[in-house]
Formats: sequence, C-alpha cells, structure tokens
Amino acid sequence: MNYVVAILGMAGVTFAVKAGIFVLGDRVRFPEWLREALSFVPVTVLTAIIVPMTLAPHGDGLELTWRNPQLVAALVAIAVCAATRHQLLTIGAGLAVIFAWQLGVLA
Amino acid sequence: MPVLSRTASFAAGARDTLPMIVGAAPFGLIFGALVASTPLALWHGQLMSLTVFAGSSQFIAAGLFATGVGYAVLWATTLIVNLRHMLYAANLLPHVKHLNLRWRAVLGFLLTDETFAVTSSYFHRHPDDPMGHWYFLGSALSMYLNWQLWTLAGLLFGAAFPRLQTLGLDFAMVATFIAIIVPQMARAPWAIATIVAGASAFLCRGMPYKLGLLVAVALGIAAGMLALHAKRRDGARPDSGGANNDRRNSAQDPSGMRSQEAPKGGAQ
Repeated sequence: MNYVVAILGMAGVTFAVKAGIFVLGDRVRFPEWLREALSFVPVTVLTAIIVPMTLAPHGDGLELTWRNPQLVAALVAIAVCAATRHQLLTIGAGLAVIFAWQLGVLA
Repeated sequence: MPVLSRTASFAAGARDTLPMIVGAAPFGLIFGALVASTPLALWHGQLMSLTVFAGSSQFIAAGLFATGVGYAVLWATTLIVNLRHMLYAANLLPHVKHLNLRWRAVLGFLLTDETFAVTSSYFHRHPDDPMGHWYFLGSALSMYLNWQLWTLAGLLFGAAFPRLQTLGLDFAMVATFIAIIVPQMARAPWAIATIVAGASAFLCRGMPYKLGLLVAVALGIAAGMLALHAKRRDGARPDSGGANNDRRNSAQDPSGMRSQEAPKGGAQ
C-alpha cells in the first residue's frame, strides 16, 4: 500500500464531506424538520463516540466496575460538569481522576 | 452589540475556542505518538494532520494501518466517521453561503467538532453578524495550528515515550465531550436523544466500520424529534407547563458555557 495515496484519499473524502455543502451553497435547501433533526446531531454523535469507549474500554464486554478507570473518571466528569458547567474544570477533574485511578488505586 | 473589526472577530473566535484547544492538545499528542506504533513514517503522520484534519478518523486510520488495510475500507471508514461534518456544515450554511467560493472551501476544510460547537453557539447569539466568518476562521485556524503543533510534538516524543497513550491521556477527549453534552441534557428532548444514542452505540459497538455510530445517531435523533414534537403538542394546552419550560430554558444561557445548540429560527 502506498501510504501517501492512502492519506491523500482520506483527505479527499474528508474534504468532500466537510466542504461539499458549503461549496454547493444556495443550491441546498433545508426544511424546518431537518433543521430540528440537525440540532440533535452534536449530542448524539459525541455520546455515541464516548459511551462504548467508557463502558467497554477493551472493546468486548461491559465493564461496570470500579476497576474501569474510564468509567470512574467519566462519572466524576459528568458530576463536575452538572454541578459547575465549567468546561476546563470538567476536563481537569476527569484527567486527575483517571491518572489517580491508574497510578494510585489500581497500581 | 457593535460590529467588531475583522481582527477582533478573528481573535474572539480563537479566544472562545481556547477550552477546546486545551482539550484537543493531548489528543493531537497521542495521535502523533500512536503513529510511531504503525508502519507509517513519522512524516506520514504530519501529512495526515495537515491534509485530513479530522481527529477521530485519523485515530481510526492509524489503527487500520497497524492491522493492514485496503484503500476501499480505509476510505469508506473515513467517510462514515466524518459524515457528521456534513450535518454541521448544513447547520452553519446559512451563515457562510454569502461568502465567495474560496472562503467557503477553506472554512469547510477547517470545520471540526470543536469549531462547530463554538461557532454555532456564536451564530445562535449573533445571527446577523457581518464579521461572523472571521470569528469562524479564528476558531478554525487556531484549532488547525494547535493540531499541527501537538501532532508534531507527539511524533517527536512518541518513540521516546511509547506508553504515552496507555497513561489515560486519551481520556481528555471523553471529558471534553462530556463537558459539551451534559449542559445540553437540561432540556428533555436533547436528554432523551442523548440517552437513546448512548444506549444504541453501546449495543451496536460490534458493527463493522463503526457503522454502529451512525445507527446510534439516527436512533437518537428520531427519539429526540419524537420527544420534541410530543412536548410541543403538550405545550399547546393552556394547563400545561411545557411552553413555559421551553421559554425559560431558551432564555437561560447555561452559565456562559458554549453549547452547540443549532441556530434554529435565526438560521434562515
């Protein structure tokens, strides 16, 4: 496999996806129901990315246990965010817990 | 609000993206470090960040390269994983369609989850800002430069610290996403969409090519739409508190945190 071809192909696909609608511009019309549907995209996509990573970090079974640092840190991050709505604090608390868990509790 | 200059709008976009930049930094570092464990040369990793500029698809590609993969599967996976950007672009289109082709192509190329979150929130607050595209560019370009820098750092130090990613640095992405999701769950339809998407993503995680992601998003959106319309019908009744809830929630900006709510009515 030629890696440069592979990477530039990825770049072409990504550019078409990202810029296609911007480039077509006015020729694209979005009805109201579609706008409403689009408002659900961010939360659903981001959630769909992180839930499997958190609940099954090794790609197989459900790891609902205190020995799963991803899960523990995610629960703490959710709690901190719900309480403070502060983004950097949420990230900092999540990272602090995952490091502490792996280097301290589980070590 | 007075109209800002180009430079001030650009700077405001970059400044408002700072939390996202901090959140993406370890992610770029880990991507760079990860490339060291694949058959790719280090400069291939930088080339990917420079030309693809889509984090999750870059991570997945690095994983695929390590296992040996054909062009078709690699590109199809890239398409599926990045499809969400099309929805972001559709959402932001009303605010960029007056621009010339070069502007639209550049902003499209630079679009990311993070810049979408920041920029759509800005357009929601300032739907008619004539300098909005400079704000968008400021956000997008600062993310781009940040991504290049941390990819490079990761590539350089990847060989020296090959266990970097196992330390849990990649959790920064999860925490960043949590910080975006949780505030939006204050409203019932978005909370329902989130829960359905999360449960579906977990149940469909074994599907090939990350197809489970798209299934989960489709189910989450469907659930959210059902809840939104059920709530509207409910709110139309005079004895219901639904309409009041709607008004209260939309009037209240969740403590200054950027939510990536779609610019619904104002996006015409």
